[in-house]
Amino acid sequence: MKTPTNLIQFLALILLLAGTPELQAQNIAIYGDTVHTMAKTAEGQWQDPIENGVVLIIDGKISAVGPASAVEVPEGTPEKRCKVVTPGLIDARSVVGLAGWLNIDHDSDHIERSSPMQPELAALDAYNPREPLIDWVRSFGVTTLHTGHAPGQLISGQTFIVKTRGNSVDDAVVQRQSMVAATLGSDALRSGKESPGTRAKQMSMLRQKFIEAKAYQEKVAKAAADEEKDAPARDLRKEAMGQILDGKMPLMINAHSSVDIQNVLRLQKEWQIPVILQGGAECYDFIEPLKAQGIPVILHPTMMRSSGAGKNASMETAAKLIAAGVPVAMGSGYESYVPKTRVVLWEAAIACAYGCEFRDALGLITHSAAALLGIGDRVGSLEVGKDGDVALFDGDPFEYTSHCLGTVIEGEVVSDIAR
Amino acid sequence: MSLHFRVQNRIFLQCFLLMLCLLISASTSAADVQAFVGARIVPVSSEVIEEGTLLVRDGKIEQVGPVKDVIIPDGAVRIDVTGKTIIPGLICTHSHIGWGGGGDSSEPIQPECHTLDSVDVRSASFMRARAGGLTLVNQMPGSGHLISGRTTYLKLRDGGTVEDLLVHDASGWPMGGLKMANGTNSQRSAPFPGTRAKSASLVRQAYVKAQEYQAKIARAEGDPEKMPERDLRMEALVEALEGKRIVHHHTHRHDDILTVLRLKKEFGFEVVLHHVSDAWKVAREIAAADAACSLIVVDSPGGKLEARDIKLENGAVLEEEGVNVAFHTDDWITDSRLFLRSAALGVRAGMSREGALRALTLSGAEMLGLADRTGSLAVGKDADFAVLSGDPFSVYTQILQTWVEGKQVFDRTNPEHLLFAIGGRGAGDDTAYNCCGGEDH
Repeated sequence: MKTPTNLIQFLALILLLAGTPELQAQNIAIYGDTVHTMAKTAEGQWQDPIENGVVLIIDGKISAVGPASAVEVPEGTPEKRCKVVTPGLIDARSVVGLAGWLNIDHDSDHIERSSPMQPELAALDAYNPREPLIDWVRSFGVTTLHTGHAPGQLISGQTFIVKTRGNSVDDAVVQRQSMVAATLGSDALRSGKESPGTRAKQMSMLRQKFIEAKAYQEKVAKAAADEEKDAPARDLRKEAMGQILDGKMPLMINAHSSVDIQNVLRLQKEWQIPVILQGGAECYDFIEPLKAQGIPVILHPTMMRSSGAGKNASMETAAKLIAAGVPVAMGSGYESYVPKTRVVLWEAAIACAYGCEFRDALGLITHSAAALLGIGDRVGSLEVGKDGDVALFDGDPFEYTSHCLGTVIEGEVVSDIAR
Repeated sequence: MSLHFRVQNRIFLQCFLLMLCLLISASTSAADVQAFVGARIVPVSSEVIEEGTLLVRDGKIEQVGPVKDVIIPDGAVRIDVTGKTIIPGLICTHSHIGWGGGGDSSEPIQPECHTLDSVDVRSASFMRARAGGLTLVNQMPGSGHLISGRTTYLKLRDGGTVEDLLVHDASGWPMGGLKMANGTNSQRSAPFPGTRAKSASLVRQAYVKAQEYQAKIARAEGDPEKMPERDLRMEALVEALEGKRIVHHHTHRHDDILTVLRLKKEFGFEVVLHHVSDAWKVAREIAAADAACSLIVVDSPGGKLEARDIKLENGAVLEEEGVNVAFHTDDWITDSRLFLRSAALGVRAGMSREGALRALTLSGAEMLGLADRTGSLAVGKDADFAVLSGDPFSVYTQILQTWVEGKQVFDRTNPEHLLFAIGGRGAGDDTAYNCCGGEDH
């Protein structure tokens, strides 16, 4: 009686394994009339695009990139052809997978309101890999998301990095913990007697949390050095703040207004922690201090609405930051209503129309985004040894009337809808 | 002495005024004829002219044709637009610029309220709309009511009061439609409806009452003794029943769309369906009911349950079925400065270029009952147009100038105007508009 059950279980396991895409060899040759490698030369300039080029992906990794005439493609390799090839796109600040498309309690896990500061919340625990918006952005070439807890609380939780595929979060994950998401300014103020109710309170609460984390770290260190001393009870919240103090996780601060951006600069100076400015509607007035303090910017989507905290946003800010040499990437940000997510391809397109050179604009969602997120060794450009993540287009990727024809992640075609 | 002085003074004053009049008339006669020469002109109502002249007199289009065929009168102001593209001014059939609201939270049916009384035409959002090439908007109250109020058609003239921007009908009344909504936005706690059937029945009851009011007026045959007491709410609904006020109906889900069509059939009002997320599912029914559609284009589906199935293909599907299609910004939902993009994404999803441009211009004018005055570059119509740097559907194209009735309201070379085109300090609005009037979207 036992054997058939075991056999069924065994067969089921075989089927399951066979169905797992990771186990299949992922080879593909992608030909493009123009291939934008988005790699940089030794001098830090954008590499020229390759005309009549090919990207050869073997076992999920890029094994060759070059003119089709110069690359030997093994016989039998599946192939795709299109006009324009780019690296898979990276959304440098998304909430997709946590903030669902239906915008109801059932699919909204991007913000937890029980306390204004909860840096211990892991994005990994809240990510839904079957969220339809993942398919949506993937159909526009997006292969990597830096996603997680949304702006809207002083510290809302952590972010992480995924590829836009997989049946489980473990299939999708690239980096389990990336940043701690904070918000300064009107978007994270609480009403009535709840704190923080003012900007000054926001700053003092953050300072207090860092002081407590530092004291906790010192106690832990003392206990480690002295057997007589007991270690303090483990505190996940303090440990997460400690990771920021240790430089292991940057504090990504959403701030738009001039006052709030100045507070970001001050906080970074006080604590000498890695800080990333996210949003930054008025950051055009603080380009020099941002540069001097080494604070990169994950800019608001170019089409962000001109109201509320971001009322003074300019569509030329990306161009200004790039010209000044501030590291900058673009994120779709957070939307509370419709559209539930923006598409970074379209946001970079508008940046391109408003002052960015083509490859600088494409860089915002490829190479520069990967570098800013610290995953430049894996994604962001079409170079030998990197992940085989590719987007295929039937024309200028930024043109309104062009289409994304397909998306490839580590050699696997994950989308082939022309959209 | 004093009398002598006064007389002398009066003569001097009269001479001065006469001189001034002559000066003004001389300058206006020249300034009142403008020739825009050398552009690619896309009139929408007729064939594209590759190198054309648009002749404008007293704010109206006097002539449009190839450069070689249009004779420019002496004294006309000549504006060289060689290499540029001229299209009709964009018409947004559904806008919330200036944040004009309608009814309050007291009850679900308030057609007596009028956005004319609440819109702020000095809001930065009006300048941003001009920077987007818009020349006419339907300023709408929100969708948090079954009937949230009367809408206002506003020409984006360079004015500081709402009166400066109004559009009047032949009898001198300010023109506008009636905003209605169904689906979840207008469902709230009592006295608002809690279900779709209740929503429809409340609307039905209101129109039945209006029909009775209308009948009483008819029976009175002008006799003041027999006339019913004036009722602003009933008057607005009667205007809708008589086709004097077009119903602009917010609706998303396929069954809600069909409910609107059913009410249209029952009461005979003229209706434009707005947003119409599920249009692709019921395109045939919409075509059969001869209802026009004003579509929103958003960058991803969802955001709320009833917009889950919205498709970029809506424009193409409706065009295929022969439905009159317009686009709208729903500003602040989408940005008036990027209104061309909505239609361009329609083209991306299969709509014809001609249909998409018409959907930004002439179709919108038709849906506001203003196609005899604006919406295309045709002789006799208002000189409402935009001058572009190139293809209307390219992301790289810039809107260079916007003209309303022969007067320039946006000039990209003017730094004060440019600020609104690209954004920056002072180009935005302090508060975001709450589209739905309630807590729930």
